[in-house]
Amino acid sequence: MTNHIYPKFGYLRSKEQADGVVKRHPIVVIGAGPIGLTAALDFAARGQPVVVLDDNDTVSIGSRAVCYAKRPLEIWDRLDCASPMVDRGVSWKVGKVFFHDQLSYQFDLLPESDHQWPAMINLQQYHLEEILVAKCRANPLIDLRWKHRLISLKQPADHATLAVETPDGIFTMEAEWVIACDGANSDTRKMVGAEFTGQFFQDRFLIADVAMKADFPTERWFWFDPPFHPGQSVLLHRQADNIWRIDFQLGWEADPDAERQPERVIPRIRAMLGEDAQFSLEWVSIYQFACRRIDNFRQGRVLFAGDAAHQVSPFGARGANTGVQDIDNLAWKLAMVLRGEAPEALLDSYHEERAYAADDNILNSTRATDFITPKTKVSRYFRDAVLELAQHHGFARPLVNSGRLSVPTPYATSALNTPDEDFAIGEMRPGTNAADAPISVAGKPSWFLHCLGDGFTVVTFGKATDKTGIAIGPLAAKIIRVGRDIEDPSGLLAARYGASPGTTYLFRPDQYVAARWSGFDETKIIEAMLRATGQDSARHPAGQKELAA
Amino acid sequence: MMLNLAPNIADPDDFYAELVNSQRNLDEEQALRMNARLILLLANHIGDRTVLTEAIARARAAG
Repeated sequence: MTNHIYPKFGYLRSKEQADGVVKRHPIVVIGAGPIGLTAALDFAARGQPVVVLDDNDTVSIGSRAVCYAKRPLEIWDRLDCASPMVDRGVSWKVGKVFFHDQLSYQFDLLPESDHQWPAMINLQQYHLEEILVAKCRANPLIDLRWKHRLISLKQPADHATLAVETPDGIFTMEAEWVIACDGANSDTRKMVGAEFTGQFFQDRFLIADVAMKADFPTERWFWFDPPFHPGQSVLLHRQADNIWRIDFQLGWEADPDAERQPERVIPRIRAMLGEDAQFSLEWVSIYQFACRRIDNFRQGRVLFAGDAAHQVSPFGARGANTGVQDIDNLAWKLAMVLRGEAPEALLDSYHEERAYAADDNILNSTRATDFITPKTKVSRYFRDAVLELAQHHGFARPLVNSGRLSVPTPYATSALNTPDEDFAIGEMRPGTNAADAPISVAGKPSWFLHCLGDGFTVVTFGKATDKTGIAIGPLAAKIIRVGRDIEDPSGLLAARYGASPGTTYLFRPDQYVAARWSGFDETKIIEAMLRATGQDSARHPAGQKELAA
Repeated sequence: MMLNLAPNIADPDDFYAELVNSQRNLDEEQALRMNARLILLLANHIGDRTVLTEAIARARAAG
């Protein structure tokens, strides 16, 4: 059916399997999907060698995840691979919602200008993975091993022992840390015996990649109960190479084996596009979804990320986008633990922060699912009433829920945050990911996120310090002074950060706000840095001295 | 704000007649759909989440 030529990466026997020696690796990633590959790149960017095991030797079949949001693009930009994704993909920010054949509501995901990255791109998952694989292959710290299937995992005291099957048989490896990115049906999760519970939805969806030349605008179009697919919903996205992605809601009674046959799929598409439409089917799949998450993202020395840790409904593009943010949260923490700069307990904050985000994603995607698939007759009347009223009255439009599109969840309650002393600084609270803004460096235009770098960063407005860095023991932060190191010619940086002279922010290595103050105070910055690395100097007064010693 | 449970409608008989008459020629489904629209319109007018929560709880408890 497909015209896309999938690459074959090829199996290579590893030296350790050939030699029959058991080697211990600092980090082994299970699964070379978007999340596992991003993990490899992020650990390598932090100087850690990584082995990635994947039981296959190619990329995703079909477009699958499709939509990638602004925050993952910022993370991939830190890993130097966002530009080829945006160049290859289709950028969009407008979504339209139709009820029957009438426009009910339209939204703009990025109403504010002056951001480097688009609100959302659509890109077939296979293209995205090819970009990530090429980037991994060019990195000497990353060892991608295809046709390597994890068959058992045990956890003795200070490492994990992995039995791995390849075309050459079974061999044993050891890992200080295992990152499980092996998807919703994660075998690794079963091997550690973790709970993975939540809600299944009694509904089925047909998803199709369709090659066609069409004049739909580059927008997300969502139909409730359209004339061409009565009683159900339909979603249309444009992707690269004139491939369009169409999702048809089928209902619970649908027979998945019959519905994926081209003779059933083609008439549905023809009903939507018209009798004369010229198109060909690239890929078809049927799915039923669930909203569930693992009981703890950290299972000893195994850390779970992406769909292996949490599964959401597809409405809102919260699956892959959340998974990439799991890695953004984990990589700096594990790198610091491996370097001995932070206690192992810092890894527990990975569960705390990302389970909080997963619960927020599950809440949002469950609400969207309940709106799209009303459970009772009366709830359908409410749903239809919202859609009817939204055509004429602004008040009803915020109630229309065809999926709330992925935005980062602030870690509002995280123990790594230093609470605000001064509440007059604006919306960039501790636990929030840094807002980007146009800046200039030595007269040349740049972006704020580029200057934050890989470590802790202090950004201060005004002339409160002449220092360029601050350190305590192995912890260090560079100091960026707005007006000295970077300029804010448009004033947008100060506006987005509610800044006045003296305003000082401490950013974590994942570009989240750890703390902020109305003045520059070195002692407070050091305390906040200790707290953000799981060494609370307030609770452990000796911690500061020990680290300094 | 608290949900106002004291009489607040100036001409109660007239209001009640208007409400019931507005659905006189509707079948049950049409009437239920109209009720859904009416609830949403009124809820938005009230706006106050505490009041809405209290009203939902009182309506659910039936009396």
